[in-house]
Amino acid sequence: MERIPVLRMGSLLLITIQVDMHDKLALQLQDDVTQRISELGSTGVLIDISSLEIVDSFIGRMLANIAAMSRVLGADTVVVGMQPAVAITLVELGMSLPGVRTALSVEAGMELLFGALPGTQSGLGDERSQG
Amino acid sequence: MSVLRADQLPLKNSNDVVLARQKVRQWAVDLRFSLVDQTKLVTAASELARNALDHGKGGQMKIESLVNGTKSGLRLIFEDQGPGIADIDQALKDGFTTGSGMGLGLGGSKRLVNEFSIESEVGKGTRITIARWK
Repeated sequence: MERIPVLRMGSLLLITIQVDMHDKLALQLQDDVTQRISELGSTGVLIDISSLEIVDSFIGRMLANIAAMSRVLGADTVVVGMQPAVAITLVELGMSLPGVRTALSVEAGMELLFGALPGTQSGLGDERSQG
Repeated sequence: MSVLRADQLPLKNSNDVVLARQKVRQWAVDLRFSLVDQTKLVTAASELARNALDHGKGGQMKIESLVNGTKSGLRLIFEDQGPGIADIDQALKDGFTTGSGMGLGLGGSKRLVNEFSIESEVGKGTRITIARWK
């Protein structure tokens, strides 16, 4: 079955969405992420959406759901790499992704996550806003 | 105003929504819409295609490439034979939903296009027509 890979990188989960997702695939991803967090005890989730050409209300809701579910399970989520045209459209659609932390790049997202984790690399995110 | 090219696609499952998005993207690229305009139209199409599927129990999307004097544009028509919308004004309000969504589909799509109209009859179905000009 078609699936979006959820990679483990130390205490983080890394997800790169590179396909035009149909709705079932998006729901599957929600299940997979929560499953992996509870299995591996991950404390951070990084979702790279730089390849996504659109984010509609369904995908926006999926991202918000993943952030909320992860939080309940003890992991922080950062969504990175949104294209400017996608951001413009999403806000006009009426969705500003409240409750979802975002960063411009994977690197900036990592800094946010490591900055948020006690007892890991710190200081990296200090010069930038912590969202 | 004349129609230069027209096509249609069924909306029977969630994969058809993906195909509808791809077709709208391709036609918008062919008309040399800006990236932001493409993205807005494709996003509106995605919302309305999903609506036709989830609320209208499936239907179809028609796509038309238009020219009006020096202006070119795309018109999309989403038709379903579902239960129809009883109160269109209410359905257009942000936050109104009968399903599990966020209720941004209709009102949100309206903001993303230049023209938007709904015809609906309870028990018969719904037709939503949108257009975006370059």
